[in-house]
Amino acid sequence: MSEVKTIETVDIKRRQILAGATGVVGAVGAAFVAVPFVGSWQPSDKAKAAGAPVDVDIAGLQPGQMVTVNWRGKPVWVVRRTPDMLSRLTELDSVVRDPMSESSEQPAYAKNATRAIKDEFLVVVGICTHLGCSPLYRPAVNSPDMAANWRGGFFCPCHGSSFDLAGRVFRSVPAPTNLEIPPHNYLTETRIRIGEDASEGGQA
Amino acid sequence: MSEVNKKVSEPGGLLKWVDDRFPLIETWNAHVAEYYAPKNFNFWYFFGSFALLTLVIMIVSGIWLAMSYKPSADDAFVSVEYIMRDVQWGWLIRYIHTTGASAFFIVVYLHMMRALLYGSFKQPRELVWLIGMLIFVVLMAEAFMGYMLPWGQMSYWGAQVIISLFSTIPFIGPDLALWIRGDYIISDATLNRFFALHVIALPLVLVLLVFMHIVALHKVGSNNPDGTDIKKHKSPEGLPLDGVPFHPYYTVKDSFGAVMFLIFFAIIVFYFPDGGGHFIEAPNFEPADPLKTPDHIAPVWYFTPFYAILRAVPDPFLGVAAMGLSIAVLFAMPWLDRCKVRSIRYRGNSYKLLLTMLVISFIVLGVLGALPSTPLYTKLAQIFTILYFAFFIVLPFTSVNEKTKPVPERTT
Repeated sequence: MSEVKTIETVDIKRRQILAGATGVVGAVGAAFVAVPFVGSWQPSDKAKAAGAPVDVDIAGLQPGQMVTVNWRGKPVWVVRRTPDMLSRLTELDSVVRDPMSESSEQPAYAKNATRAIKDEFLVVVGICTHLGCSPLYRPAVNSPDMAANWRGGFFCPCHGSSFDLAGRVFRSVPAPTNLEIPPHNYLTETRIRIGEDASEGGQA
Repeated sequence: MSEVNKKVSEPGGLLKWVDDRFPLIETWNAHVAEYYAPKNFNFWYFFGSFALLTLVIMIVSGIWLAMSYKPSADDAFVSVEYIMRDVQWGWLIRYIHTTGASAFFIVVYLHMMRALLYGSFKQPRELVWLIGMLIFVVLMAEAFMGYMLPWGQMSYWGAQVIISLFSTIPFIGPDLALWIRGDYIISDATLNRFFALHVIALPLVLVLLVFMHIVALHKVGSNNPDGTDIKKHKSPEGLPLDGVPFHPYYTVKDSFGAVMFLIFFAIIVFYFPDGGGHFIEAPNFEPADPLKTPDHIAPVWYFTPFYAILRAVPDPFLGVAAMGLSIAVLFAMPWLDRCKVRSIRYRGNSYKLLLTMLVISFIVLGVLGALPSTPLYTKLAQIFTILYFAFFIVLPFTSVNEKTKPVPERTT
């Protein structure tokens, strides 16, 4: 203890190594502490449980009618399309951006011309693929509040995106892709389960 | 004034006791009594002090609102109605807070305009500008989260649009949006965390940044409408000849300004609290309904210029990128503007023209962002988005060899 530390005798290199090592260990500790704080922002178990599938009864749904059900807090539309509506879809193939749903989100069993398991019933998430507003249902041909030559479909009031009655997006609107089709399956002829693909033995 | 100085330079009693333990007089002198500010400040120089005043108004009224507000999806809307109808003076405190939000942006936009006019962002004040820009960004986050709290239709759907911006980011987007919301949709969890951020986290950051903004300013000294350096000409005592002590000269000027500001503020609070539907939007008088989107979603007026840029770009991710860039590019102003002359008074016509174009674009975009989108408006928004960015693209080239007028040695 007799040696007095002076600027000449201090081992600067040793101090730098010690300070550096302390800093690294501290940073690792801080990273570990950050885990629970960042993770705390993930959906809680309660929120995850609330994301369970929902069943919808379509027995009373009239042709042309739409029913909205709440799945994970998102509006899911079930539309019973008339043969007339279905026949109009093919004429629109040339004016929709993604007629065959190549770059859109849907389960494999809904990647077809009508974007449905059964042509008659469209099951679709009612949230615009642009920025998440909920479009309005305007099924009538030449609906009075729509542009000329309106062939029936959905119109988003936020930024003017429009979709046909298969949820396919028209060209030159902000939404990039067709409306999302959620996983769903038919429990019986008149009951649809939304949020779950068909399991073994169910009808798909 | 000399008497005041004499008094504080030889303290006794309690003041001396405190001053031996805390640099009270030193701090007061350095930042107030002996802080020399240019003597030629004009009207534009009110807005910094107004911003500080508004910050105080917002913190005080906000604390009082938090005493009666309930941050839950079930109670939030009802508790705001309770504040408006049942809490003693609740209506006044809430209207002070809502008016203060808009006042904040009016004042901050004019404060930034002042910097662009007189080159206050230039060397050696780059950090003052950068810290100020950080304040602006945090203020936008603070305002956005605050607007969600009443849990009205516009609160909900506005938040829906803004959080969806994050989900457009390639690869990590959807998970990032889920993490921000804490649920598959905007819900109670989202509201509750935004409340925490709005009342604790961001105000702390804001206050810290404002402190740093002032410390950085006082290190380099204030700019002035002539853009001259007042430290170049000093009296034999070493005091700037073109400066006056902040106190009492500018404390008196700013007190007078504060009274005028508060008169206008009170007129809005008492007679036009919803600002004609711009300070509080009509759909926000309806409770949030996740299954029903309002027919027309427009952000509050102070976000509309950036929102118009977002809508002008057809691709969602590029739209978000353009909107982010429209704010980010302002950070680069000290390096984009390469003209040595600070004040617009002595700058060439190119800067005057460019700045006029920027201001017009910003205002037109602000109007367009509040309107529903039609093909014509979208086209207009695209044109003015290009003009807005043109300012920042053209400026580095025109400012190098700008034909400037001689800058006076002393303030005029």
